[in-house]
Amino acid sequence: MRSCKRATELMSQQLDRELSNTERFSLKAHLMMCRHCRHCDIHFKALHRFSETRAQANESEKD
Amino acid sequence: MSTTEKRAGQEAFHQQLDGLRPRLLAFARLQLGDESQAEDLVQEALIGAWEGVERFDGRARLETWVFSILKHKLVDEIRHRRREQSTGFDPDDMPDVEGLFNPRAHWLPAARPKKWQEPEQACLQDGFWQVFDFCVLHLPESTARVFSMRELMGLETAEICAALGISEQNCWVILHRARLKLRACLENGWFDKGEDNAVL
Repeated sequence: MRSCKRATELMSQQLDRELSNTERFSLKAHLMMCRHCRHCDIHFKALHRFSETRAQANESEKD
Repeated sequence: MSTTEKRAGQEAFHQQLDGLRPRLLAFARLQLGDESQAEDLVQEALIGAWEGVERFDGRARLETWVFSILKHKLVDEIRHRRREQSTGFDPDDMPDVEGLFNPRAHWLPAARPKKWQEPEQACLQDGFWQVFDFCVLHLPESTARVFSMRELMGLETAEICAALGISEQNCWVILHRARLKLRACLENGWFDKGEDNAVL
């Protein structure tokens, strides 16, 4: 898979559904070769954790 | 337990519940985009919690429990609106991400994701959540709604599709664009600036 855009689609979808083996493999191969997409993958996962924390109304709440 | 003790316990519980109100309201407002309806649902959720206190087993955090009551009410409301055809939900109201990639679908230089310094520390810093909320609220409204149903309410995409009457494929496209936009917004608004001078 050469397309960074397609790679970001799979990175996003892996947070919402189970990827097929083929999809997982081609995403992994792309990530090995592309530093920008590796960062993006880390960021999508961080967004997911930020949202979890946000939803749990932690003590840093300012309201 | 004496009547006085019981009353003191009730009063403390009431205060705890009331302390959750601003958070609940902010959350409901984001989902509904309607202040007075958000207030109504939050009020109903708080009353539901007050009446149903014996169902609260103390293992979950009180906040988590009250939020789950509110979530049910919100999903019902979103379903109901859809039946009434008045959601104002437009699945085509999505952020444009073409500007991030070149015609060969590689990252354009200015859009390349950079390394974030200690992202896990970010949520402990002053001001981070203001930037985060700003970024979510600046997505197109329909996109913000799908993102928060998925990531803040923790619903499965199948449930979101059913509530909004969109296909699962459509849901994935919206979430993908939401994440690309949020990622870029957080990078510009926070991670690129360093923790001392983060400003919007």
